[in-house]
Amino acid sequence: MNNKDDLVIRVAGESGDGSTATGEMLAQAAARSGLQVFTFRTTPAEIRGGPVMFQVRASNAPVRSQGDAVDVLFAFNQEAWDLHHADLVAPGVLLYDPENVTPPEHFSGIAYPVPIGRIAQQAGSRRGKNVVALAVAAALFGLGRSKLEDVVRARLGKKAALLEANLAALHAGMAYAQGLAKLDPLWLEASSEHERLVLTGNQAIVAGALHAGVRFFAGYPITPASDIMEGMAAILPEIGGAFLQAEDEIASAMACVGASFGGAKSMTATSGPGLALMSEAIGYASMTELPLVVVDAQRGGPSTGLPTKMEQSDLNLALYGGHGDSPRIVLAPGSVAECFHLTVWGFNLAETYQSPVIILSDYSLSFRTETVAPFDLAKYPVIDRQTPAAPLQPGRYQRYYVNGSYVSPMALPGMTSGQYTATGLEHDAFGHPDYSSARHVEMSEKRWRKLEPLRHSHDYVRRFGAERARVGLLCWGTTAGPCRGALFLAAQQGLPLALLQVQMLAPLPVDAIRAFVESVELVLVPELNYQGQFARLVQAELGIRVASFTQYTGMPFTRHAILHRVHELLGIDAPVEAPGSAVARA
Amino acid sequence: MAAETIPLAAVVRTPADYRSELKPIWCPGCGDFAVLAAIQQALAALQVDPKDLAVVSGIGCSSRLPAFLNAYGLHTVHGRALPTATGLKLARPELTVLAVGGDGDFFSIGLGHLPHAVRRDVNLTCIVMDNEIYGLTKGQTSPTSPMGHVTKSTPHGNRAAPLHPLMIAIASGATFVARGFSGQPRQLAELIRDGIAHPGFSFIHAMSPCVTFNDTYKLYKEQVYSLPADHDPRDTQAAIRYALESERLPLGLIYHAPRAGQAAAPAPQPFDTTRYLERYRA
Ligand SMILES: Cc1ncc(C[n+]2csc(CCOP(=O)(O)OP(=O)(O)O)c2C)c(N)n1
Ligand code: SF4
Repeated sequence: MNNKDDLVIRVAGESGDGSTATGEMLAQAAARSGLQVFTFRTTPAEIRGGPVMFQVRASNAPVRSQGDAVDVLFAFNQEAWDLHHADLVAPGVLLYDPENVTPPEHFSGIAYPVPIGRIAQQAGSRRGKNVVALAVAAALFGLGRSKLEDVVRARLGKKAALLEANLAALHAGMAYAQGLAKLDPLWLEASSEHERLVLTGNQAIVAGALHAGVRFFAGYPITPASDIMEGMAAILPEIGGAFLQAEDEIASAMACVGASFGGAKSMTATSGPGLALMSEAIGYASMTELPLVVVDAQRGGPSTGLPTKMEQSDLNLALYGGHGDSPRIVLAPGSVAECFHLTVWGFNLAETYQSPVIILSDYSLSFRTETVAPFDLAKYPVIDRQTPAAPLQPGRYQRYYVNGSYVSPMALPGMTSGQYTATGLEHDAFGHPDYSSARHVEMSEKRWRKLEPLRHSHDYVRRFGAERARVGLLCWGTTAGPCRGALFLAAQQGLPLALLQVQMLAPLPVDAIRAFVESVELVLVPELNYQGQFARLVQAELGIRVASFTQYTGMPFTRHAILHRVHELLGIDAPVEAPGSAVARA
Repeated sequence: MAAETIPLAAVVRTPADYRSELKPIWCPGCGDFAVLAAIQQALAALQVDPKDLAVVSGIGCSSRLPAFLNAYGLHTVHGRALPTATGLKLARPELTVLAVGGDGDFFSIGLGHLPHAVRRDVNLTCIVMDNEIYGLTKGQTSPTSPMGHVTKSTPHGNRAAPLHPLMIAIASGATFVARGFSGQPRQLAELIRDGIAHPGFSFIHAMSPCVTFNDTYKLYKEQVYSLPADHDPRDTQAAIRYALESERLPLGLIYHAPRAGQAAAPAPQPFDTTRYLERYRA
């Protein structure tokens, strides 16, 4: 059997029926065997019931998006078939539980009935059906089949009885698969072993914050940010840090302000509704020049919106949320690895510039797992805020002394003669309230100009694709994944395409963007919101016209959708690949 | 600590040592002057080192207080002194942390924070300067204004019943609840001193008249009385009876649940990223 270069398996069912666990374990096993994986999931907002799906894309080459088309659908119930069969690659491979699913007679693909509930029951308990499904899928398609026991042990090994029952289910599933005649050609196994990490975006954010030295976290539960809070609650007390589940997001953000005033690197994590409530605190941190890191895992808005779907529609709130001229730094990771990278740098920038930093993640990134190469920690220095060097003279300390860098050394409680009062009122160098015009001019300029070097930085953009191209894609956040996929597809068609992924949205790195824009004829800005928030920002800051491409379905872009839009822009009548046609992937 | 090697005479601090270089901007006669003086006396009584003192406030006339103290001050936004002070104290447990402000701050915009700060029992001292009016915004009704009170925003008389601040504190599980009055600064200073010394959350309701928009000095002087010597502050029922009084205003330590000192928080430790990431190895 030929080793396929890339395989997408979607496990679908109902919340609580084990389908998600099957998908998670399959991804783990594939990753352990040396494959690169990228997962994508949807969940219902409701606590119980409702359709769920967990998709695993695996490859021997790097994977950057969830995959547009599904090679294998594992349907746990009839609704899973109904909702997902249209995404199957023709002719398509279907695994289904015949107790719950009846595929239509006209189904032209290859179907394997797998009575997962019954097999599990014979092995001991119906509850093992997710493990049975795991065993059958791995046995049929390769995918880390040698690692299944390891994964089951790691996941369910805490209680001996539970582990035994699940291993019995695993072996029953494998035995069943042995008896199946293989009818399809799909097979994917790792070509080599690699040292890799498998983690979600939220987990990478927690790890990055810890590496950067976070010692205080306050938060309020909200999907999809809650597990950042839960991760912090588990670890911070063990390393002498402090954790607070606050009464609301206003309190979370202000508790971080207080801790940061005390010198602790502080962070909160929320989603759009919480970020809206934090506006005043972020403005306060801006005015008092306090480091503060706020993660916004975006979901669909406005208001409570789509709590379990993704969107890139909090950009305007992150950039402009708050009254007055309140500078801040806004970063946006596009992958799990970038979650780690930009969280470390988020703290470093917050400390360097004594500024609030907002990290814009999104629902899909929060929960998806990716395989990443181990982080080269030598490349991640940890930067601490500048404090006064020389012993201070009583009554002489100028907290907001204006110097060439516009960043003033910050005294921390406990330092002799550093006493000052931070205030949200306009103030002079001592921090004393002063509303004079001259002072407001001087201090407004201090707060903005300290960030000016970042506008000229080239460290927060990533360029991909052709050196010169007619069309350049300009994107931010997780839209980078499908954009890179579109680049790959375009290259196969002989169409050169360039991409600039912008990781810092405030201050906007205008020099780097201008250099990119000048290297292409047309700029296409794909983003997941109605207004084209990023396109407007780029147009305003650079004084250029771009083509905006928006999608507001609550779902990520597909590579094909982006490529299709490129074709339209160029007036090319290229055959548009419908999802479902067999194409190579990136 | 280094203090042990310094001759005692050199470290004796007087209330004047807790003054900052800024002169208070309050109206002459404002009750908040007396609260400031009482805080300075309490700090001197406890010999708190100004470098280890942090005072957090919200927005209002009263919330300008931190800047007049020789301390690390944090003049935050309206209503948010308590969560900010909580974060600071959790991050720096060795500091003495006060949260100060007005009745608008603590009982209106910031009321949602009060029960939570109380029930967490983080070692803060909360001092509310209650003038039953909004001073800084020039005279609107407040959550503690009496029924019928005529203000700029209640020209036809206030129709909402006032909150009972002491009841809120007791009902939320406070372990130290006291009331003082600007007109009796000595007692107020003692209550603040004891509140700071209390190893949990202490709530001090300071009746502090606004001479410009709601001059209640004369009224309060008629209403206040000191709690009888036989009041047992550990008696919850008795505390509630005093807390509910509105015709007369009892002063002193209303409720006190003595509590053990909190265990010292562990010092921040280095973090080993490589070891932590092991859990995600494929
Ligand atoms: C979010 C917000 N809303 C309103 C205000 C305006 N404001 C400032 S102080 C204040 C109330 C002041 O009353 P109080 O807290 O009792 O303090 P006092 O001035 O009486 O000491 C108000 C409403 C504000 N600063 N911020
Ligand atoms: S307005 Fe009232 S509360 Fe404000 S300073 Fe004057 S007297 Fe004090």
